[in-house]
Amino acid sequence: MFPYIAGRLFESIIVLLVLSFAVYGLIGLMPGDPIDLMIQGDPKLTPADAKRLKALHGLDQPILDRYLAWLGNAMQGDFGYSRNHSKPAIDVIAGGIGNTVLLLGISLILSLAIAVPVGVYAALRPYSKTDYIVNLACFAGISMPPFWLALLLIILFAVVLKWLPAGGMETVGDGSFLDRLHHLVLPVITLTIASVGDFTRFIRASMLQTLRYDFIRTARAKGLSMTRVVTGHALRNALLPLVTIVGLSFGRLFSGALITETMFAWHGMGKMIYDAILGNDYNLALIGLLFATGLTLIGNFLADAGYVWLDPRVSLAGREQQQ
Amino acid sequence: MSRPQSIARRMGRRFLQHRLAVGSLVALLLLALLSIGAPVAESLLGLDSETTNLFQRSQPPSFEHPLGTDEIGRDLLLRLLHGGRVSLAVAVAAALASAIIGTAIGVFAGYYGGRFDAILMRFTDGVISLPLLPLLIVLAAIDLSKLGLPDSVTQSEDVSLYRIIAIISVVGWTTVARLVRAETLTLKQREFVRAAVAQGATGGRIMRVHILPNAVSPIIVATTLSVGNIILFESVLSFLGLGIQPPVASWGNMLTNAQELIWSAPQLAVWPGLLIFVTVIAFNFLGDGLQDALDPRAAD
Repeated sequence: MFPYIAGRLFESIIVLLVLSFAVYGLIGLMPGDPIDLMIQGDPKLTPADAKRLKALHGLDQPILDRYLAWLGNAMQGDFGYSRNHSKPAIDVIAGGIGNTVLLLGISLILSLAIAVPVGVYAALRPYSKTDYIVNLACFAGISMPPFWLALLLIILFAVVLKWLPAGGMETVGDGSFLDRLHHLVLPVITLTIASVGDFTRFIRASMLQTLRYDFIRTARAKGLSMTRVVTGHALRNALLPLVTIVGLSFGRLFSGALITETMFAWHGMGKMIYDAILGNDYNLALIGLLFATGLTLIGNFLADAGYVWLDPRVSLAGREQQQ
Repeated sequence: MSRPQSIARRMGRRFLQHRLAVGSLVALLLLALLSIGAPVAESLLGLDSETTNLFQRSQPPSFEHPLGTDEIGRDLLLRLLHGGRVSLAVAVAAALASAIIGTAIGVFAGYYGGRFDAILMRFTDGVISLPLLPLLIVLAAIDLSKLGLPDSVTQSEDVSLYRIIAIISVVGWTTVARLVRAETLTLKQREFVRAAVAQGATGGRIMRVHILPNAVSPIIVATTLSVGNIILFESVLSFLGLGIQPPVASWGNMLTNAQELIWSAPQLAVWPGLLIFVTVIAFNFLGDGLQDALDPRAAD
């Protein structure tokens, strides 16, 4: 088990390094570099000044050298300054991580709390009317553009009914626990609807497959009730692959969080990354993207490690395949 | 000679049994027809989707404007149809490009196997697990002139169209690649492929003549299913102002303005989103139906 996990950890670090180089290169291709922006702000600067400034900040170096210099600083915890927030980029991101984790965490738990019972219920009555309706609802959730869903929710609950705030983190001057909860409702609903369909379909398929196994028939044959068979025997086996699916879905969840946070002015990492990219805030965009990727990779890694822990057959199979 | 026909007929019958898929196909054809016909209808009726009329802002539906007008007096129905042209064209083009990339990667990985396969598949898994939207936003924001492209390209009107097709294809190929690889792995073990190897056929010929024609069903299914996802990506990027640029209408960018106007003209937010939703769900149902029809073993 240990070599497998160590190997995966090593892989994740490599992926993160490769990605950091790719993202570093891409960010450099965004319109206007810092010197161009300075020139815009000061018309007296001549092209010669611009060249000297670029040399001063090392912008005339080859991209690999610049990347390695950035990486060296990053390893020491120096991720540069955020242009638009006027403080270290790492501090800005640190302020957003908690909000994103809160939003993602609640939505994920809520999605699973809906998906598991509904998926199992549908799998126990395959091809029935209930199953059909559940399937339709799942397709609807998967096909719903999240930003449109957010718009509709804002129109219904904030504009028409005036029950909930249209966005933001808290009412100015209030900020109590209940008030913040109030502001969380619509973002959480949006993100949950966007992710619950896939989970439900997956659990239904997994449960349907598990119910065909011989040990289920044996359990039924020895006289256990269907409830006992499902909760005692089938559920564990059917939910095992869910660990992987949840791990792999972190990337998509984060994409959903970016939209949701932008729509509801929720100050999380997603909105920060979006604002940073649009506002030419290179250092912030770079570290934000890397943090998002890093969080996703950690999610994948934990899912893989969790799977091996729950099902030791995986690592054994992997080793046999390698030999 | 009757055998292939009967297989096709059986597939057709299975597809027709999937009523949602049939309905979706009809709806999509209708939508495509209307979108393609929009310019024709415009010139016949003497209307224009880009004419603004500041005296008729955010009008309710009327005889002249069946769905009303938007915030600067443009006919909403015509703009929706024009947006449909763009959104559908982008989606189909990006889906085809993704299918080609995915098929190539999948068949090479599956056929050559070994370390080559391991690297390609880790790469594919990596792309699948990434937070794609932030990366797409960066790709959509990069300055094309810094890539050394000539001004004739970077300044052209259609550049936002080609750019979005390109960046979505870069991330959209993964599903096809995985399915084609899996299919290639099974096909590789079959007698007819081994016979071809024994006869001395080259790898390229085996992949082209023996494997790909037999992997067509998963490619079709995965491509159809990916169109829905691609429309979602296109619409969200256009909505965020990074995809199709106004005044060219797309369903996504029509919602950008609607968001600012939710307090004064909330009705503008309804139609573009509804069309995105209907199109995406129709492609998903269609893919589901095709899967049942083309690959009965895959059904559950």
